[in-house]
Amino acid sequence: MSNSPLSIIKFRIIFIILWLVMMADNVMVLNFFGLPLKAAIIDSAIANTLLLLACLLVMNTLRYYLPKRKQYINIFSICLFLTIIWLLLSKWLLKISLSHYEGYTDLLYHSLSIRFSIAFLLLGCVTMISILWYNQQEQKENDERKTDAEKLAKEAELFKLRQQLQPHFLFNSLNSINALIGSRPEEARKMVQQLSDFLRGTIKKEETQWVTLQEELQYLQLYLDIEKVRFGNRLATEIEVDENIKQLKLPALLLQPLVENAIKFGLYDTTGDTVIKLFALKDDNNLVIKVENPFDPETSSPKLGTGFGLKSVQRRLYLLFARTDLLTTEAKGNIFITIVKIPQVSDTSKGV
Amino acid sequence: MKVIIIDDEPLARSIVKEYLQKHPQLELMQECGDGFEGVKAIQHHQPDLIFLDIQMPKITGFEMLELIEQPPAVIFTTAFDEFAIKAFEAHAVDYLLKPFDQQRFDKAIAKWTEQKSTTTVKATQDLLESASLSPSQSQRIVVKNGSKIKIIPVHDVFYLEAADDYVKIHTTEGYFLKNKTMTHFEQSLDGQQFVRSHRSYIVNVQQITRIDPYEKDNHVAILRSGAKVPVSRSGYGKLKEVLGL
Repeated sequence: MSNSPLSIIKFRIIFIILWLVMMADNVMVLNFFGLPLKAAIIDSAIANTLLLLACLLVMNTLRYYLPKRKQYINIFSICLFLTIIWLLLSKWLLKISLSHYEGYTDLLYHSLSIRFSIAFLLLGCVTMISILWYNQQEQKENDERKTDAEKLAKEAELFKLRQQLQPHFLFNSLNSINALIGSRPEEARKMVQQLSDFLRGTIKKEETQWVTLQEELQYLQLYLDIEKVRFGNRLATEIEVDENIKQLKLPALLLQPLVENAIKFGLYDTTGDTVIKLFALKDDNNLVIKVENPFDPETSSPKLGTGFGLKSVQRRLYLLFARTDLLTTEAKGNIFITIVKIPQVSDTSKGV
Repeated sequence: MKVIIIDDEPLARSIVKEYLQKHPQLELMQECGDGFEGVKAIQHHQPDLIFLDIQMPKITGFEMLELIEQPPAVIFTTAFDEFAIKAFEAHAVDYLLKPFDQQRFDKAIAKWTEQKSTTTVKATQDLLESASLSPSQSQRIVVKNGSKIKIIPVHDVFYLEAADDYVKIHTTEGYFLKNKTMTHFEQSLDGQQFVRSHRSYIVNVQQITRIDPYEKDNHVAILRSGAKVPVSRSGYGKLKEVLGL
């Protein structure tokens, strides 16, 4: 809800000054037409205070209920209605308090039409200014909301980029290369090559693109080789994939986050050697990929351990197939298993 | 001077070892691949300085330091951890961002040699205090039980009880002691799950089965295990808020 224009002190002062000027003017006019000064002041005070209340009523009502475009007839009738009420009320009050002045009743009846037009004009002005004010406020709020939304979208985009770059992996790999340069320069050179190929793969591929399992496995191998240099003997991998299903297709860059998750989970949840296993098979019309890693059931519950990596895979699968049952996890003893099913669509070139 | 390297990546340890060769006054006592080994090695060798990685198996470098009563001087080595780097900067503790070169390494050693006389224990403790507010550390509590290190997932915790300079952590497997303040736990644990129900008690709201009135103005929370946890008047207000009553 927007603020009333009177919430700004400057406007409040202007509003009060204008009101005082109008009252003084009113007194002068009445005095000019022969009403004693005291009576003129009372008349002006009563009539204008009532009008002030009517104006405040309009301003406040518009704060909660702003008419849509083309409803100006309504506003007009409301103004008219309020003015009539005001006129009747002030006539009644003025008569009670001032009828003992000689000739006052006459003056009052004669001036009713003038009073009416002035009040109507004034109320109309206040209403219009208020509508303009509140419309502008609403516009401003909309703009702010829009900027906020854009900012959020930008932040999400940045976060995604940063995830793609995988700074932790990247800097640790560079650190390993740095260590190798001194002792085993040949291996350092090899690792630079692997890291470059891996990064190129990350940049080159679109997430909507489909690739064969064979391509994805080659890309995965680059990643695994780098991780094996980093973690040495602690990390071992076993990959079992039948030759005849290597031509099946899957969305690009889907396998690596799964394995990355398994490696992190396995390496950081246990202190011993970690064997990561990957199996792929065909079941009905699905390509099924299973990734296994060890974990410590005593200190981590698999539900919590599924982590960010899996969440983004789940999200992607949902966006591609509108299904949430394609990624499942289970724990068997101290082995954590992640299973992904990828429906084989006949025309994958369009990327579904 | 005795030095220990604690890092889970062998090559990361080897580069520190290589850079150390330029500093013959520093004697490398042991290399450790995780925090458990690290605790043992520090107790055994009483080193003057350790090089410590943050992300390691089972327990982080920070959690490992918490388990050591008189931690030695530390130079942290980390690749990328926004949270840790903020903590280092806030407490002016030296850290090396991987990959780093010999020059940067020498500078860290020089800085340590200069400051060695002044105590760094306070700085380390302040650092650990702010590091314990990291999201990952609000999921578990690491304690030392005799010579064994125990990792308690927070959902296994029934309630915490103040006991002099320690906090008693009551869990499914009995209680463990940790040399921390109640305020520390109040801040580091998730406020939606753990509520300071009383000056001396923090309770896991997921364990509460009911709350009964108890004497004048007070209440008592009955947990699934049957344990009773005192609830003060202000604690009752906080509990009601979290439970949405």
